[in-house]
Amino acid sequence: MRPRAKSKVVAAALISAVAGGAAVYLNLGNRGLPAYAQALPTHQPPPANHAGVVVQLCDGVTTTEVKGLKPGEQMTHSQALEVSRELMAEWQRKHPDRHWVMAQSKTPATTATAAPSGAGPSGSQGTAGPGAGAVQPRSQQGDTYASFHDRDYMVWQAETDAFVEQGNKIFHSATLLGGTIGVSCDMCHPDASNTHPETYPKYQAQLQRVALLRDMIDWCIENPVKGKTLDPNDPKLRALEAYILAQRKGVPLAYGKH
Amino acid sequence: MAARHTSVETKYYADRDRVLKKLRNCDRRTFLKLSAATMGAALAKGLMPPHTFQLVDVARAAVEKGWDSTGAQGSPPFRFAYISDAHLYERTLNQRFVRAIVKAVDDVNALDPQPDFVLYGGDLAQLGSPAQLEMGRQILSGLKAPVKMMVGEHDWFLDMGEKWQEMFGAPTYSFDWKGIHAVVLMSVYEKDFWTARKMTPEQRMQTVAGLDNAVQSRFEVGEQQREWLKNDLAKVPTTTPILIFSHSPLYKYYRNWNFWTEDADEVQAILKPYDKVTVIHAHTHQMLFNRIGNINFYGVLSTAWPWPYAPEGLPPLTVQMNRADPFDQFDGCGDGQFTARADGLVDTIYNLWDRNPVTVKADYLISHGSVDQPPAPQFASY
Ligand code: HEC
Ligand SMILES: [Fe+2]
Ligand SMILES: [Fe+2]
Repeated sequence: MRPRAKSKVVAAALISAVAGGAAVYLNLGNRGLPAYAQALPTHQPPPANHAGVVVQLCDGVTTTEVKGLKPGEQMTHSQALEVSRELMAEWQRKHPDRHWVMAQSKTPATTATAAPSGAGPSGSQGTAGPGAGAVQPRSQQGDTYASFHDRDYMVWQAETDAFVEQGNKIFHSATLLGGTIGVSCDMCHPDASNTHPETYPKYQAQLQRVALLRDMIDWCIENPVKGKTLDPNDPKLRALEAYILAQRKGVPLAYGKH
Repeated sequence: MAARHTSVETKYYADRDRVLKKLRNCDRRTFLKLSAATMGAALAKGLMPPHTFQLVDVARAAVEKGWDSTGAQGSPPFRFAYISDAHLYERTLNQRFVRAIVKAVDDVNALDPQPDFVLYGGDLAQLGSPAQLEMGRQILSGLKAPVKMMVGEHDWFLDMGEKWQEMFGAPTYSFDWKGIHAVVLMSVYEKDFWTARKMTPEQRMQTVAGLDNAVQSRFEVGEQQREWLKNDLAKVPTTTPILIFSHSPLYKYYRNWNFWTEDADEVQAILKPYDKVTVIHAHTHQMLFNRIGNINFYGVLSTAWPWPYAPEGLPPLTVQMNRADPFDQFDGCGDGQFTARADGLVDTIYNLWDRNPVTVKADYLISHGSVDQPPAPQFASY
């Protein structure tokens, strides 16, 4: 499992490196866009052969057809369980070496055992609710969040870092910002200092309205950078926002602060 | 060009000039009456604060500093002005920074009496190109007072100082000014980070031009120049006041942004035997002052943009300037002047455009902040 985790992270990094190097936001559909800026891919099963409904597994490969089920019609609960079992059995046949775990039952995060304040006699530590001091309580199972692995977190982190890195590039490049006078944000905001994303929303006297961070970014793109303001959904604006926010990790939110 | 840009400022300075001239022959009471009148006149003209107050405040500063002929000193003090960090792009690309340095030239030309000289603090160009340096020289040639040039990293790293030196001569030199021994240093040498990375001259320049990349090296005066400095000072008695000009701060403020000189401690050691030492540096684009041992340090303003205070390492004696208004090109920028005291130490006035000027006195630094505190900012950085 470890080697696989690694290769997936590397793949994510590769994608971002390629996208970053190309530094393009052309309107060529998804081509050339970094992963985070692409529309989500669709997940379409092949057509039905027996006038039923085809259900496909999350691997995008394994399918089964529920015969007699009309499109739009609900299965009964037991039917649904049967279909799931069938798909999983098929998947396991194809992947005998993979160990499928229904839910993670690793040691829960330490915070899970924190007692509400005042729960125990003062000064006595570790009296954290029922069963405390004995065996670790079993964690809950079967829900979405409990079924993610370290590997998932690594991939997510790599994706997030790539997004922030894209913002970093734009922030430091008059060209990518669409500026016309050679001025980029870092010239006045090294490490995004003095951008204070944590203070938004706040009233900007000069704009005579309550502004969001993106409003100020747009204002600064127009002047002093002398580029064209970006649409709130523009991947560049989103990436800039990501970079600016990422530089203030750990700073308490303080909306409205001047 | 000049005519087109001077209209607003020239009018303003002509007004200020008239006031200052009247002030020369008046006592304090008349002065106060006069400043009220000035304020009234300014308001009537529709000048909005803070411009109004700046007018009054500069006038008051002038009187306090004894520029009037009836003052205690009886004659104008020794004085020089500075303009710094203009970061010029070609005019076709960027008018903003051109406008700003032209405004500074107007400021300095409007000083009456004229300063003994004008220090240009470095970073004349943004990316060191001949065209940028040429234009800078052309604009500075409009100054009435003689100009002393200092080099900054933005002038240097495209061609390693070739063009700059061809235009302005050696970057390291000394001169004597009314009993003070002054030295201009080239403090922004960097160890070679470009050859191994196979960078083009443009890439090297672009890298040095950014603050927040970990690629470039730290600034340094270098051993050779330190030797030169030792030799230069060898003939100067330790009682002579010393004035050092360096582009980067000659101390360690914030390494990540090169608000820093790697061999600052060694340079300070060379200056240690002298009783009265002042270091004036550029590069940091902000109100910044410090005292280390026997040395007073003043950072100067940029005409192009203010830089944020670094997240750590700010000298405790520094009183921050108010945060700048991003909607006002000139806010947080400016120029300024230094006046020499009888003992050869210097006070400074930060001439912040569109704000009240701020005076910082040598006594404030010498007393480690117990006298002459500059006004505190309402909005410090966070
Ligand atoms: C020429 C200098 C300059 C450039 C270039 C510049 N800014 Fe600014 N910006 C400022 C100044 C000065 C402030 C006010 C800083 C303060 O409040 O301390 C500011 C304020 C901001 C703020 C609001 C900070 C707050 O406290 O609310 C944001 C956000 C911001 N800039 C983002 C950007 C972005 C993004 C870019 C590039 C598109 C950019 N700036 C380019 C000078 C600049
Ligand atoms: Fe500079
Ligand atoms: Fe500089």
